[in-house]
Amino acid sequence: METPRTPEQMIIFEDVSKFYGDILGVNRVNLAIAPGITSLVGPNGSGKTTLMNLMTGLLRPTRGRISIQGVSTNDPERLFKRVGYCAQFDSFPRGTTGRSFIRNYLSVHGYERKEADELTERALERVGLQYAADRKVGGYSKGMRQRIRLGQSIAHNPSVLILDEPLNGLDPMARAETIRLFRQLAAEGLHLILSSHILHEVDMMSDSVVLINNGYIVAEGDIHGVRDEMEEHPMQILVRCDKPSRLAARLFEHDHIVEARLHEDRGGLFIKTRDADKFYVLLNKIVLEEKLSVESVAPADDDLNAVYQYLIGSEGAS
Amino acid sequence: MSSAMNVAAVEKKTEASRPWALWLRQVGAIFRLELRKNLFGKRAILLYLLALFPVLLMALLAMVENADIRANFNEANEVFSAIFQGLILRTVVFFGCAWMFMNLFRGEVVDRSLHYYFLCPVRREVLVVGKYISGLVSAILLFLLTTIGSIFFFYLAGYPASTQFLMNGPGLGQVFTYVGITVLACVGYGAVFMAIGLFFRNPIVPALVVYGWEFINFLLPPVLKKISVIHYLQSLTPIPMSEGPFAVIAEPTPAWIAIPGLIIFTLSVLAVASVRIRRMEIRYGGE
Repeated sequence: METPRTPEQMIIFEDVSKFYGDILGVNRVNLAIAPGITSLVGPNGSGKTTLMNLMTGLLRPTRGRISIQGVSTNDPERLFKRVGYCAQFDSFPRGTTGRSFIRNYLSVHGYERKEADELTERALERVGLQYAADRKVGGYSKGMRQRIRLGQSIAHNPSVLILDEPLNGLDPMARAETIRLFRQLAAEGLHLILSSHILHEVDMMSDSVVLINNGYIVAEGDIHGVRDEMEEHPMQILVRCDKPSRLAARLFEHDHIVEARLHEDRGGLFIKTRDADKFYVLLNKIVLEEKLSVESVAPADDDLNAVYQYLIGSEGAS
Repeated sequence: MSSAMNVAAVEKKTEASRPWALWLRQVGAIFRLELRKNLFGKRAILLYLLALFPVLLMALLAMVENADIRANFNEANEVFSAIFQGLILRTVVFFGCAWMFMNLFRGEVVDRSLHYYFLCPVRREVLVVGKYISGLVSAILLFLLTTIGSIFFFYLAGYPASTQFLMNGPGLGQVFTYVGITVLACVGYGAVFMAIGLFFRNPIVPALVVYGWEFINFLLPPVLKKISVIHYLQSLTPIPMSEGPFAVIAEPTPAWIAIPGLIIFTLSVLAVASVRIRRMEIRYGGE
């Protein structure tokens, strides 16, 4: 059995709302985020950045409380020893080089010069920017600027890393490298909270997701768990087998089967069911009785993209 | 060892040591970063031009022969006092401090880089202190150059008699007084303008209001005169300047009250700025 987590291990939002004057940022957010990679997903203006800025104290909640591993967001001195935030602002202090950008803020943390130098080199190495460390950030490409900001946010070895659209502007190679770095950091026990529009990448790397729309949390948790709870949308399953018509005929005898449609190549069957567990038991029975040769059985809409489409719609997704 | 454990170990170590040592280190780091920006950033060009203007003006005057005013030291002292109060104090130091101190925070909001400080494990009050000290040192360096350079060209350049006045007469005491007033002006105006930069999205209008308040100080009743920086600075000038027929006469505040008064005023403004920054949010889009 999994040990229950303590507030010191979690990121907790308790009834948090944020209003910008009359405009809603987020409303009545209650969340408990466990270690691992958690993605905030939602269309532009849905409240993802507001949620991240609230987590890091850059914004103050209009109502409610937030704690990061037991530390209030009103206590920057303790908070930012454990939190790193790579914000979406693509801006830097004037005239700074990659190396000085990281080192200067480490010195503001209070690190001695030698330690700050060592941490800077390690951060540059992790984001693969040692070769350009002494060049002015103003001359960097968008991807390099993104990476140097990522380097700055991880330089002090935080235990919580918050990343607003961290894959923006990165080329495919850099994306793959960055995702690998995120996985490595999560494996080291970090809390990683990130936002992204790229649903398949989010799906690939996240342990859990928080879907947000118009300032409200629409769903949260493990993506398969979220999908299972969406009873109003029958689960789609593709079964590839040698006698799909026979399978369809047998399936229609049961109430929980909503639809069975032949695949274009007539080598499989799309099934919509209200009860996936019952379906799998039934499928086993039919396969044995009808002596079907089954090539594969796979959920067809059990991914983030499908969940996003069902809950939020196509707006902003890619 | 997990990152969370690493952090806990570092926190324990930090908490065990005195927080003052950490705060001082952080103030030092902020000071060094900001000093570089204040003195060598693009925004500093305007400050150099402003600081050098009176010096160049005095140098020009020194080149003009038959500058009769300098033949009579009493008259020369009065002329310099007027130049110091009207040009250096009320114009150069005032607007120089306005530009420098208002940009300490406002400039970073415009550049969208203030959040990097806010994302460091540093008390926001420490940030206020670090930035204020950096602004103060920069302003003092620049405007002492203005005061000393102006005195040099006004009194010394090519005038052996005035050299004698400054080196062996009462002149040296006056020089130190002018230097002290310049420093105190940076202290007082610096705090006021840093606070304005924190409170207002467009600080130009409040800065002009402060300028107006300081400008009409001679017309204010004695009680209101005391709610200004210029009143205390004028009280310290070695040669009082006539404020014209409409001035409301008030007893100058003695130095032993004026100096601590100005420092208490500055500390109060800094305390207000610290309260403000604790509640400050980063919303560049809305700026």
